Amino acid sequence: MYKRFYRWFPVFVLPTLAAFTVAFLIPFGMGVWLSFHRFTTIRNTHFVGLENYVRAFSDDGFVRALTFSAAFTVVSLVTVNVLAFALALALTRRMRGVNLFRGVFFMPNLIGGIVLGYVFSLLVNGLLGFWGVDITYAATYGFWGLVALNTWQLTGYMMVIYIAGLQNVPVSLTEAAAIDGAGFLSTLFHVKLPLVAPSVTICTFLTLTNSLKMFDQNLALTAGAPERQTQGLALDIYNTFYGRIGWQGVGQAKAVLFFLLVAVIASLQLGLTRSREVDA
Amino acid sequence: MTHRREKRTNRLLTALLLVLALVFLLPVILVVLNSFKSRLYISAAPFALPDTETFVGWENYLNGLRSAGFAAAFGRSVFITVGSVLLLVVGCSMTSWYLARAKGWFPKVLYLLFVFSMIVPFQMVMYTLTYVVGQVGLDTVVGILPVYLGFGSGLTVFILSGFVRSIPHELEEAAMMDGAGPLQCFFRVIFPVMRPTAVTVSILNAMWIWNDYLLPYLILGTDQKTVPVAIQIAMQGAYGSTDYGGLMAMLVLAIIPIIAFYLVGQKYIISGVVAGAVKG
Repeated sequence: MYKRFYRWFPVFVLPTLAAFTVAFLIPFGMGVWLSFHRFTTIRNTHFVGLENYVRAFSDDGFVRALTFSAAFTVVSLVTVNVLAFALALALTRRMRGVNLFRGVFFMPNLIGGIVLGYVFSLLVNGLLGFWGVDITYAATYGFWGLVALNTWQLTGYMMVIYIAGLQNVPVSLTEAAAIDGAGFLSTLFHVKLPLVAPSVTICTFLTLTNSLKMFDQNLALTAGAPERQTQGLALDIYNTFYGRIGWQGVGQAKAVLFFLLVAVIASLQLGLTRSREVDA
Repeated sequence: MTHRREKRTNRLLTALLLVLALVFLLPVILVVLNSFKSRLYISAAPFALPDTETFVGWENYLNGLRSAGFAAAFGRSVFITVGSVLLLVVGCSMTSWYLARAKGWFPKVLYLLFVFSMIVPFQMVMYTLTYVVGQVGLDTVVGILPVYLGFGSGLTVFILSGFVRSIPHELEEAAMMDGAGPLQCFFRVIFPVMRPTAVTVSILNAMWIWNDYLLPYLILGTDQKTVPVAIQIAMQGAYGSTDYGGLMAMLVLAIIPIIAFYLVGQKYIISGVVAGAVKG
């Protein structure tokens, strides 16, 4: 019966596949290839082996961006998920205004990107203005400013996922726990948390990849100031490409390393938290 | 007894959530307030309410719309978002149906490639994508639509084929027995069943395409600005001075459609977040 169906490949798949090839497959392949070349334009390349990778690692800016992104991601993982889970616990109770609260906490995520960065910077720079400084005054200000911005943006999104997870916990289990004399904390740690482990998996995954990839907010809030000290990996790679002549090859090598980092961490994390999941 | 305690906890929680909700809303409220103040008073006293001296009515909005070509940028953003989402939802639902039903290694490999593209950071393909798109002449407001189709197809195919697999084969087999060709079968039988998921996935795509800064900036440049690009340019300021009044107005104008969109499609947005999560 499906035999006829295969002939329709050009209609069903080809348009999407063509766009996917132009927008992703070719640029991805070219990107890997270019990372082994020195070039100023794509038509004028010169094979240099691993030189770009060596230069990437000997570039202070890259190492600093790597540490910045790592620290930023670890701190965000905690702030976003603890706050999101706490909110989800509160907002799955039976009380008034629950839907309104959910909407408000989700809102920053909708605005997103560069606009959210500038909206946030008005508040932060206004507050810091009382001490006569702004966010670019010191690297620590930029770091915590970005953590706050990221938490503001991602918490609502993760909260929605945790709420969906918590709503799937059977009431019979929490009631049984209550009858057995379990208090709030033991119900939380021994019943609810193990059962929402799939939500924890996906929320840590999303926070991890989003925080590592952060670009727009970084550009809007600090743009790396002071002196490129608050630059995450994505922004550092962008500046290597478009801000330093003769460094395009190094930029592409950094981008490949960035991709590998995201891929490895994401798959390690998925394997690690998946193993803690249980069924109800 | 327990009932009364629950009531007290709820009251306490509500108070706590109200404070937190206010903190979440504060940056946006601040931008709205300042959009009605004269530009001279914005960075000097961002927390002051507009008064008779600082209030300028709609002046910032008029300036913002006029000076930076913001109205044109707004129209362009609407066109790009709507066009790309339509292409994505039609193209990818057809592709997803084919890939989910076809047998053999080729559809499987294609599906895996789509999924793989989801974890690749944009910086990996940023430079080469700009080049390829220029070469094939897609660096126009219309040409960017297929670029978004290609770049957004990973997530879209992933979510939609997950859904197609849950549709029983019998449904389309019955239609084919009755003599319907694959196209008829798809649009008359399969697509109507997919509609809720298709709406959900459209909303997810609309959100990131509307907010996307880097792709339109690199492909369309500053002559054909979208809203995020216009805001970034306005912020950097022509001749070194930023019109903060106009900027505040632009931020508000950029946020309004998203909030309106959210209020209309709230149900689908929430289920979209959850759908994107559980399949991950």
